Amino acid sequence: MAIPIAYNLRNLVVRKTTTVMTAVGIGLTVAVLVADMALVEGLRTAFKATGNPLQLVVMRKGSNAELNSTVTREAFQIMKVEPRIAVNDAREPMASPEILTVVNLPSVDSPTGMNLTVRALSQVGVEMRGAKIQPGGRWFQSGQREIVVGKSVAKRYPNAQPGKRVRFGRGEWEVVGVFDAGDSAFNSEIWGELNQIGPDFNRQDTVNSVLVRATDSASLQALKNSLNDDRRLGVDAMPEREYYDQQTSSGAPLQIFGLLVAVIMAVGSSFAAMNTMYAAVARRAKEIGTLRVLGFSRGSIMLSFLIESLLLALIGGVLGCLLALPINGVTTGVGSFATFSEIAFDFRVSPGGMLAGIIFALVVGAIGGLFPAGSAARKEILTALREI
Amino acid sequence: MKAINYLPLITKNSFRNRRRSLLTIGSLMVSLCLLVMLMAMYKVLFYGSEQTPAQAVRIMMRHKVSLAQALPLSYEGKIRQVPGVKAVSLRQWFGGTYRDAREMRNFFPRFAVRPADLFEAYPEYVIPEEQKQAFVRERTGCVASKHLAEKFGWQVGERITLVGDIFPTTLELNLVGLYDEPNKFDVLFFNWDYLRDGLKAAGTLDLDFTSQYLVLADSPDNVPRVVKAIDDMFDNSPFPTKTESEQAFALSFVGFLGNLKMFLLAIGGAVTFTILLVSANTLSMSVRERIREVGVLKTLGFTPGTIFGILLGEGVMIAIVGGVLGCALAEGFCMMLRSAPIPIQQIRVMNVTPLIFMISLLISLLVGLISAMVPAAGAARRPILDSLRHTG
Repeated sequence: MAIPIAYNLRNLVVRKTTTVMTAVGIGLTVAVLVADMALVEGLRTAFKATGNPLQLVVMRKGSNAELNSTVTREAFQIMKVEPRIAVNDAREPMASPEILTVVNLPSVDSPTGMNLTVRALSQVGVEMRGAKIQPGGRWFQSGQREIVVGKSVAKRYPNAQPGKRVRFGRGEWEVVGVFDAGDSAFNSEIWGELNQIGPDFNRQDTVNSVLVRATDSASLQALKNSLNDDRRLGVDAMPEREYYDQQTSSGAPLQIFGLLVAVIMAVGSSFAAMNTMYAAVARRAKEIGTLRVLGFSRGSIMLSFLIESLLLALIGGVLGCLLALPINGVTTGVGSFATFSEIAFDFRVSPGGMLAGIIFALVVGAIGGLFPAGSAARKEILTALREI
Repeated sequence: MKAINYLPLITKNSFRNRRRSLLTIGSLMVSLCLLVMLMAMYKVLFYGSEQTPAQAVRIMMRHKVSLAQALPLSYEGKIRQVPGVKAVSLRQWFGGTYRDAREMRNFFPRFAVRPADLFEAYPEYVIPEEQKQAFVRERTGCVASKHLAEKFGWQVGERITLVGDIFPTTLELNLVGLYDEPNKFDVLFFNWDYLRDGLKAAGTLDLDFTSQYLVLADSPDNVPRVVKAIDDMFDNSPFPTKTESEQAFALSFVGFLGNLKMFLLAIGGAVTFTILLVSANTLSMSVRERIREVGVLKTLGFTPGTIFGILLGEGVMIAIVGGVLGCALAEGFCMMLRSAPIPIQQIRVMNVTPLIFMISLLISLLVGLISAMVPAAGAARRPILDSLRHTG
């Protein structure tokens, strides 16, 4: 027969100082883990939301990032007449040649400067991404040295605000608006007109990449194959979704770091939990003896102490999730090696992350409770009863 | 009686419940080890490792806007005329792919340099003289750090093919030398002229620019002046520059990892708090068990002050032992990291400096004192009769 859980609960309440201290210790460990998962989840959300399933990013064969790819304008001219490319309302092909470069601007996190992606594109490119300009601003005008900034850029870079001027290329550019590209990674970019930015970087003949949209999902694969197989082009077309999905790994160094810290802290916490449980066993030697006299088996005593340890850890786990909750929605940035620039994203404390935190706490509790529970179960009835 | 006379009593009491003391010390050791590692990491990432005399005179110069933008070669002559400048050389990032770019393992920095200048600027790079000469002589020659060569199993004579991405050319390099250097960075250097030849053959762009200039100052004291003079000189040109010491340049990449400073501080805070909790918890358990004993001590004539001191001493003793072991463990981990495959090369050179060791001992001391304070005061204040009557 099992010992009622109420017995364990009451024990935890009676020794409330110890319980709270141990639980908070476990809680802090769990909080680090949950925050780490929130970081990865946030980054994943930003990249998952980027890209249209019908679109392909076309880069030079062998390049795996837009920044170090080159596609000639000649190749673009060949590409854009491809019949499987969709057309917009103005009957223009939905193929956008784009130039990427990187500028360094001071951000709120690093006043000494952080890299930002500048994307030079045409109106078609803007349309293909479905970005909206925020009230009070407007898109860059053709023939003007004007740029628009993504909403994350506007939030994090004091110099990239509407009305201000940003210096790159051969001169200054006026910020005329802030755009909103949903949850996507484009919010971390600065956009300007292709024909304005290109000449500043001597890029009249080449672009970095071309974004194309297929007429429908049935023709997507055929379009991809025909672009990849055309030897005149020398390009690789990759689904836009897949391209951005890969970049989630830019958070990997922080993710691994956070995970390592959480694991090391967990070792410390499980020692602490073990201490607490050993003390509980020592203090209740007489009770254990009494329980045995009443007929509870060694197994149920062991189970009871293990459950108590798990309960303690569970409190810690829940506490840890609560501690980590305020981080939800906090914006931060991380450098992406694919774009050599910063991607801003929001921490996202997900139910999955919290569940992982609780499971983690239970593992700590199980490790911490196992040996003390074993020693409780091994106690001889008479010696246990005789202990003070 | 002098406090030192109580030391045997304190030691004995600290380890009377051996299992608990060991668990507490273990827990403190692991947490302090983590804290020490965080401090060491903070130090190398935000203050850099110790500067060698050679490093102290090295200055990196790049385009103000970003590394992706180039500076004209014509700047070299102008920089040379700045007072305090001893030598100027250049360094062009090549990028490109080695074997398969999709595997992170195959990524390492590759720079085009002037072979004759490289070892002058980096006297800490140790290389046999004949290999150095071969690098200067052979246009397709390249040198790599020993650490990098070991990673790929390269021997001198290895053929290394780098397919360009930023530059439309493929380099067929011949590994003519391996150098050894203390930081164990993974880098490959090849001849700048060979890159220029390749680009000419491809008929694309002439290499009349470089992504970085490497400037040597004649003394470390002149570095700030040289840095300012160069940036002022080019401030209003079409190619404004950002010039900084090599160390500051290396640290500027740390921002790339995200807001690491805040993460380190937040985690450090959480860890310290955890240590405090663990230590306080153990001590209050240990004091609670000994209430009766404290009563006996009092009847023997120990004053509340002495008892308070002895209990504080116990807390400090356990915390300090945990702290010292934690530092030792951290140093062990740092040694392991030295040869670990970490993309962030600074992490490899972190170690437990005397300052960090002192700080962690101080933290241990404080943790011991603070966590023992409440239970010790409680025990010291408890009336004798009450203590003697206590069961539990």
